[in-house]
Amino acid sequence: MAPEAVLETVGLGVRYGETRVIEDISLTIPKRRVVAFIGPSGCGKSTLLRCFNRMNDLVPTARVTGQVLFRGRDLYAPGVEPADVRRAIGMVFQKPNPFPKSIFENIAFGLRINGFQDDIGDRVEASLRAAALWDEVSHRLDADALGLSAGQQQRLCIARALAVEPEVLLMDEPASALDPIATGRMEDLIGELRGGYTIVIVTHNMQQAARISDDTAFLYMGELVEYKETQRLFTNPEDERTEAYITGRRG
Amino acid sequence: MSPGAPRGGRFDPRLEARRRAGVRFMWLCRLAVAFGVASLVVLLVSLAADGLPALSFEFLTSYPSRFPERAGVRSAILGSAWMLALVAVMSFPLGVGAALYLEEYAPTNRFTTLLKTNIANLASVPSIVYGILGLAVFVRFLALERSLLAGAATLSLLVLPIVNIAAREAIRAVPDSLREAAYALGATRWQAIRHHVLPAAMPGILSGTILGLSRAGGETAPLLIIGALTFIAFDPLSPMDPFTALPIQIFNWTTDPRGEFHALAAGAIVVLLGVLLMMNAAAILIRNRFER
Repeated sequence: MAPEAVLETVGLGVRYGETRVIEDISLTIPKRRVVAFIGPSGCGKSTLLRCFNRMNDLVPTARVTGQVLFRGRDLYAPGVEPADVRRAIGMVFQKPNPFPKSIFENIAFGLRINGFQDDIGDRVEASLRAAALWDEVSHRLDADALGLSAGQQQRLCIARALAVEPEVLLMDEPASALDPIATGRMEDLIGELRGGYTIVIVTHNMQQAARISDDTAFLYMGELVEYKETQRLFTNPEDERTEAYITGRRG
Repeated sequence: MSPGAPRGGRFDPRLEARRRAGVRFMWLCRLAVAFGVASLVVLLVSLAADGLPALSFEFLTSYPSRFPERAGVRSAILGSAWMLALVAVMSFPLGVGAALYLEEYAPTNRFTTLLKTNIANLASVPSIVYGILGLAVFVRFLALERSLLAGAATLSLLVLPIVNIAAREAIRAVPDSLREAAYALGATRWQAIRHHVLPAAMPGILSGTILGLSRAGGETAPLLIIGALTFIAFDPLSPMDPFTALPIQIFNWTTDPRGEFHALAAGAIVVLLGVLLMMNAAAILIRNRFER
């Protein structure tokens, strides 16, 4: 009764120049689950995340080996259009990166470039509501997005990503630049999106992973050490490296 | 509770058209590069064809002459070398010093804003205007006569805004976190500048300075205005000596009705280009050492 897989990696490896960042990683991301990647800095969790929407293409020295399957299709096969991949698999970054334009335009951009046929204003509102930002900005959609607080900017980035209807949302430490209150709201938001979306989130914060995710993968030195239901991973780790990391003895 | 993410909108992504638009634009950019490269190749090939036959050891070491087979660029090379050295010595400290003041010390108010805007305007003043200014101020008023010093001072006026603007941009590009790190350890403003801001900005400052010097090395009009001589049959030995320079020599030879001198002009252009290229190469080496 394994749930349907949305993303699957087969023997995935990434090198930056001569440096091997991740090696031989095979895992599946089940549909409509929240999956957390945890592990010490430099373990390759962000690199792994960036394989899912071909963000590593932007690093000239990056070499990807193995396969990344999205609904059974290899994302790295010839003829696959990265722009197409990235609309279906959205991403939110560590540091909020709104465009230096109005709140409205931040969301409208993705709609326009993807040929959105319905009313853009309606979709902007729906996206802001989904990101729990509408009540705070509904009266000033024309205001500069950079005038928002960091937490609001990050929720705007999520709204922007949701607007183009991705199937998967990748989040690379989305709360690490936020204060505890904004972090709490971000976690609430992920909780609300849970069940409707497949979310893959990289986090440094183990309590956060425990709170918000269904499944957790522990990576260590470019290797997938352990990957199972979050609750089981935190209460009953099998690998001693996992145990050492989650109990704070190493990492 | 969030109302849930929007779904079911109609999209018409037209991926193939977007991809093709991207490819078209890349080819336009490639065309732009090809245009630049092709122009450069045509220029270099035609210059080499005209100029290389004139080049010889004698050409580099002979003084100008009214006999084309005996004429050379010795005094012009020496004049240009003197000139560039003097311009560098004058414009670098003045341009960088002013840039440091404007960016690191001066308060931001209407006066300094006005000053910065007008320095940008100075950079676009035609060089011949600086020549007239140099003639009035350096040659006549300060009585420097038609010396290397007067010429270099005139060209420095031209180069100063370029150096200043490049230096200011380089200094502005130094992240504030670097200044804060220095201040937080108890550094004075000068210590922060001396040890951190200036080294970080130095590659950009040097690039701008070399750009300015290259400009000075190729300038003809202001030197003609202040009356640089075109027939110098001796080596300039001090900043007060009269002089000629490579662009002046080229100008002089191209305006000569006798065709033999045109080939010499092409040869001198090759020499001038060679000198400027070597300067740029030196600049890149220096910059790389600073960047490490």
